[in-house]
Amino acid sequence: MPKVSMTVNGQAVSANVDPRTLLVEYLRENLRLTGTHVGCDTSQCGACVVHVNGKALKSCTMLAAQCEGASVTTIEGLANGDDLHPMQEAFREHHGLQCGFCTPGMIMAAVDLVNRLGKDVDENTIRHELEGNLCRCTGYHNIVKAISAGAQSMG
Amino acid sequence: MNANGIGARVKRVEDKRFITGNGHYTDDMNRPGHVHAYFLRSPHAHARVKGITSSAATAMTGVHAVLTGDDLAADGIGPLPCGWMIHSKDGSPMKTPGHPCLAQGKVRYVGDPVAVIIADSLALAKQAAEVVEVDYEVLPAVVDLATAQSSATLLHDEAPRNTAFEWELGDKAATDAAFDGAHHVTRIELSNNRLVPNAMEPRAAVGEYDAGTDHFTLWTTSQNPHVARLVMSAFLNIAPEHKLRVIAPDVGGGFGSKIYVYPEETVCVWASKKVRRPVKWTSDRTEAFLSDAHGRDHLTTAELALDERGKMLGLRVKTLANVGGYMNLFASSVPTYLYATLLSGQYDIPAIYAEVDTVYTTTTPVDAYRGAGRPEATFVIERIVEVAAREMGIDPATLRKRNFIRKFPHQTPVIMAYDVGDYHASLNKAMDLADYKGFGKRKRESARRGKLRGIGISTYIEACGIAPSQAVGSLGAGVGLWESAEVRVNPVGTVEILTGSHSHGQGHETTFAQLVADRLGIPFENVSIVHGDTDKVQFGMGTYGSRSGAVGMSAISKALDKVVDKGKKIAAHLLEASEADIEFKDGNFTVSGTDKSIDWTSLALGAYVAHGFPPSEIEPGLKETSFYDPTNFTFPAGCHICEVEVDPETGVTEIANWVAVDDFGTIINPMIVEGQVHGGIAQGVGQALMEGTAYDSEGQLLSGSFMDYTMPRADNLPSFKVDTTVTECPSNPLGMKGCGEAGAIASPAAVINAITDALGHEDLAMPATAQAVWRAARKTSQRAAAE
Repeated sequence: MPKVSMTVNGQAVSANVDPRTLLVEYLRENLRLTGTHVGCDTSQCGACVVHVNGKALKSCTMLAAQCEGASVTTIEGLANGDDLHPMQEAFREHHGLQCGFCTPGMIMAAVDLVNRLGKDVDENTIRHELEGNLCRCTGYHNIVKAISAGAQSMG
Repeated sequence: MNANGIGARVKRVEDKRFITGNGHYTDDMNRPGHVHAYFLRSPHAHARVKGITSSAATAMTGVHAVLTGDDLAADGIGPLPCGWMIHSKDGSPMKTPGHPCLAQGKVRYVGDPVAVIIADSLALAKQAAEVVEVDYEVLPAVVDLATAQSSATLLHDEAPRNTAFEWELGDKAATDAAFDGAHHVTRIELSNNRLVPNAMEPRAAVGEYDAGTDHFTLWTTSQNPHVARLVMSAFLNIAPEHKLRVIAPDVGGGFGSKIYVYPEETVCVWASKKVRRPVKWTSDRTEAFLSDAHGRDHLTTAELALDERGKMLGLRVKTLANVGGYMNLFASSVPTYLYATLLSGQYDIPAIYAEVDTVYTTTTPVDAYRGAGRPEATFVIERIVEVAAREMGIDPATLRKRNFIRKFPHQTPVIMAYDVGDYHASLNKAMDLADYKGFGKRKRESARRGKLRGIGISTYIEACGIAPSQAVGSLGAGVGLWESAEVRVNPVGTVEILTGSHSHGQGHETTFAQLVADRLGIPFENVSIVHGDTDKVQFGMGTYGSRSGAVGMSAISKALDKVVDKGKKIAAHLLEASEADIEFKDGNFTVSGTDKSIDWTSLALGAYVAHGFPPSEIEPGLKETSFYDPTNFTFPAGCHICEVEVDPETGVTEIANWVAVDDFGTIINPMIVEGQVHGGIAQGVGQALMEGTAYDSEGQLLSGSFMDYTMPRADNLPSFKVDTTVTECPSNPLGMKGCGEAGAIASPAAVINAITDALGHEDLAMPATAQAVWRAARKTSQRAAAE
């Protein structure tokens, strides 16, 4: 089995993995970082979104081996110790989650969209940008509100 | 008011772990030495299983077992039961042949599990499944609901005409007489489209057997772990209840689909003893589409009789309900007592008669999905009222008002006795918020841009707070539907609440703690909620049917009463006063009319130190339990108004405005209630516009992934205007009615009423996809050209 090395949430990690191992499987099974979720098998739901070298990616669409040398951030690595990231805080403040299963992917996608589009991103743009993330609980109403508020806080 | 008490918009306790990735869902559980289960599923909708050869698979290194229906039978593991007996019109009991966890003799839908392969890794289990040979004799599929009863092919030999039961409710003669005297009769035909629940967390299970204690543990994605244990123990013969622990940890949404006991979870816990290793299974999304219980799937003809002023005289409904290949756990109750009992809607209808035939087809089993029967009833009554108004040239809001129930309690002709409500208040408020009067101007403005604008009302009612045990028992339920609560006061005054309700997104850890903080006058942070573990909570009936507030919190309220009563007894001794003189307020026990008091923390410590009262009169400690059985259903009701703009060139429907005014009685946390309404509306809009479950003629599921089945996404939906009116429920101590399903119940009719208003004709079925609306809009323009 080939060896793969990367940085996950600031920590250097390496392991010998089956070449078929997806990044999400590596995170969940090898590193026991179970905050990243698997909600589908067609790369449609976005529950598995993480940041790879600063960009949001669905970790079910990448092999772990493709992340050789990469820097990966998962939901567990977003807060600064006990200080929540402003987007995490905004989801809590605006009730942007119910069952919590899509939430890690939503938050990681939201941080990325604000990084790309800035703090004044409007509601329509947020809704369009969330096309790759499914939520069955919230009707998206409060997720959109949370991302608008989180964007302002991040700015 | 306590700042974190009843009515406060308290931020959720559970969020911290979810936003930081520290939730504990079933698939996050990793037990030492666990092995993986993979289910080999039928590729055929209907076939006889003539033989299974698994020797090549079991010979593979790392494969622990290949188990089949024969192994289940050899161990005496019974079929999955249906928990609600329905009798046909002729008095005969429903035909519910057994539902084996692994196929025995036949398969009856694509995805029906045939064998389980247990191996060191999931990849290996899948490889091994490739060499398991199943000898199928393929039989004709029975897919079309409308013709299933006349099919020459029977799914179950025990169910002639593929029919489980032919049921009726109401007074046929009185209803026929009402039609005989009618000025106007409106007749509609509807289909209520089959839906796939698609909670974002797929189902999962980890079964573990401890040989030392002969004890099983099952971690599973359940809305009601105690019911799962009861069924596995009493009906399936897995293990007696004291030898089986069921844990439902964080659960990622349910919407009904996680109420039931399924084959996969049962097999994992059973197989853990056979292979002497913990057995883990997590559904992938494809399996979820095939094997999670689906929802809805009705074909209905309805007729409404009215007098010349539009006063309703009678309603006649005939429904065919699809239950799929097997009768699931609560499937028989959904198209009967959760459906036809709500056909009176918010209206005073003197006579109603409903007939429901429930039919087997070679498709995935159908059971309760958010709303469960009540969305189907609301769609019937709110569509036919709208069509009647249009046919008679009466404004749809006016026709509704003319028929609203005004006096309470109100006995409908279909069992339900509505306790309280104000339907004018919710409709009037919704019309104001939606600027109903200004609609004509907006419609003309849309027309100038070549768009068709429509507005649709849905004034729904539901029966929640499920349910009085004796009442449901008399209607065929196999269980009581009370709820339990235990209040444990610790010696330092902190409080643990053990509840039989289960939270899978509803925020019980927050709202239940709000009630306790409010009642005991203690800090919100000093309360914790324990649920979802049969070793911690003695028993409970779980969460569905919008019951956790009205029933679960009522149980907590009753147990809190007992705690306060005992606290008063102890305080009387500690304060050397008469018990009758002790008052409890804001966390202090005070001797009435004096400044003598003892605070909550000191009293709790006193209860455990037990120095200050005679043990012959009072037992030490402070812990009380309540089993609360409701005396009636609760009746949340309200009005949703949807305004749409349809582009006739593309068929795309844009929701221009959505107003919801709901009466849920007492509200504990408005923030959480609004969230429940938002989510319910989204699911209802999904049903109305997008979500269609399609099978081909051979019973293959065509819409079996998120690439084929359209889930509502953020850019399909607007933000919603959500408001309330309040009439407090008189039948429970908190005045609560329940809010979890209202959005999904109200919204499909509002959407279709709006689009048909825009189109100017009624020929439009759900889901009203862009293609369907485009075709319907062409019919509109052809009619206009013909005129």
